[in-house]
Amino acid sequence: MATQLSRKLGKWLLLMPMLLWIGFLFVLPHIKLFILSFMNREGQFTLANYANFFTTPLYRAVFLHTVKYSILATLITLALSFPAAFLITKVFGGKIKAIVMLAIVLPYWVSELIQVFTWMVLFRETGIISYMLQTLGLTHQRVELLYHNWTVLVGLVYTSLLFMTIPIVNSLETLDDSLIEAAYDLGGNFWSTMREIIIPHAAPGIMVGSIMVFMLNLGNYVTVTLLGGKNSMWFTENIYDQFIIRFNQHQGSAFSVVLLTFSVLFVWGLLKLTKQDISEAM
Amino acid sequence: MFATDKSRKISLLLGYGYIFLILLYTLGPLVIVTILAFNNNPSASFPWQGFTLDWFKSSTPDRVGFFDDQRMMAAVGTSLKVAVAVTVISVLLGINNAFLFVREQFFGKGAFYMLMLGPLVIPGVVLGTSILAFSYSIANALDAWLGKGAGTFLRPGFVLVVLGQVSFIATTTTMVITARLKKFDIALEEAAMDLGAGKLSAVMQITLRFLSPAIVGAAIIAFLFSFENFNTTYFLSGPNPTVPILLYSRLRFGISPEINAISVVLMISTGILGLIGFALTGEEQA
Repeated sequence: MATQLSRKLGKWLLLMPMLLWIGFLFVLPHIKLFILSFMNREGQFTLANYANFFTTPLYRAVFLHTVKYSILATLITLALSFPAAFLITKVFGGKIKAIVMLAIVLPYWVSELIQVFTWMVLFRETGIISYMLQTLGLTHQRVELLYHNWTVLVGLVYTSLLFMTIPIVNSLETLDDSLIEAAYDLGGNFWSTMREIIIPHAAPGIMVGSIMVFMLNLGNYVTVTLLGGKNSMWFTENIYDQFIIRFNQHQGSAFSVVLLTFSVLFVWGLLKLTKQDISEAM
Repeated sequence: MFATDKSRKISLLLGYGYIFLILLYTLGPLVIVTILAFNNNPSASFPWQGFTLDWFKSSTPDRVGFFDDQRMMAAVGTSLKVAVAVTVISVLLGINNAFLFVREQFFGKGAFYMLMLGPLVIPGVVLGTSILAFSYSIANALDAWLGKGAGTFLRPGFVLVVLGQVSFIATTTTMVITARLKKFDIALEEAAMDLGAGKLSAVMQITLRFLSPAIVGAAIIAFLFSFENFNTTYFLSGPNPTVPILLYSRLRFGISPEINAISVVLMISTGILGLIGFALTGEEQA
């Protein structure tokens, strides 16, 4: 009886910290955010915050721009990562694999800010690339390479390479090389083997990587504002503006809810569309 | 894999070329920043004008090095304090949650586990704003109930930054430690108790010792995540910024050679920590 009681007590002692953490730092704050988004400054119920989002052309434009470039950056990251992941798992392996993995992990450990800073050093008007172009005589005046949409893409791809490559490497590693050989023996060529055997097997890794990278892009702030400057047009900036600059928690909350809802729906739809199971994919 | 010897050679060559380009893309910028950190050129660019350590240590009016920059050093102090607090809380939570999810059965366990993974897929900005809005209302309620100032600790500042970072870092520590605890053979703990050890000392000496690589690994990951976090911290930090927040506010106004030096110091220190953490947790995550 006494041991049963102490067992029960022990269970509650383990349960409490988890409930406090999930409850106070995760569930309740999001409920609060949700409620605030339906209130005006006087505390009355309103749909105006959402109406603002849907009827103001600028907000809509910024949102669509963010989604478009998040998808574009994700696709470029995938296009760059997949060949690299394939090469180091199926063609080279060994030492080259270790070097490439380290090279992909290293920038990640030095924080996004430093990663972005390194690209500012390269791209700005008095930066390295501009200097090199001038020394080579390709241009006679300084060139400003920052603050373009493609600059933002370079930065986004750079900061997310790791999150795409690791899942793809993991899924390719479980592919038995003899399957690839069998495909060749049966008359397949490089492209048909790639299409019929390798890519289907890597699909879960591609999916996990794409979801992670897309979410990181969508929620990005540092890379887009520093490399994109005033033209960055990223939705997270609107959220920041409302909360910090205009002290309008209600509008900011509505924007946050829009961003969160969209990303959850987008990922869910993507998983449904490709018939992937999230628990399997993770 | 490739039809003829010649096309095979070309393919391999292309493969090497591609790997080289990837290495250039990932490491090139870091190498250039490292070179610039020692370049005696105040514009933080090429051409090379000789070797200098001024960007690390110097306090002349026109050249302030990293280690003599009062505000930056204060930010390093704040970041370290935050990171230590976040690491301790997140690792303790992680150990607690690992035992809870591996050993206990309770109502809604599967649902709680999924909920716990939430912070992994929620944008950091949303996490930051939700915690800011929630703590703001609690602080106001405390002020109204206990008098002005009672809720101050929940206004943007040290406590809020720590809580905000714990909200998502504890997920990572829980996952790392849970993965290791799942591999533990509970018979070992029972054997220790059969040999006369109490429950507590059996857990302390056998189970926690088994978990120690995962605990150290999780601690390093938590420390690094905390030290480099921007998105969530940005909304919650008060008058004493952490390093990423201060760096951001400076980068908005341009580049100084000092930031090259800061980058080098951060690269070396976080690189070393990261490699240790990678080695300790690599086997669980692979």
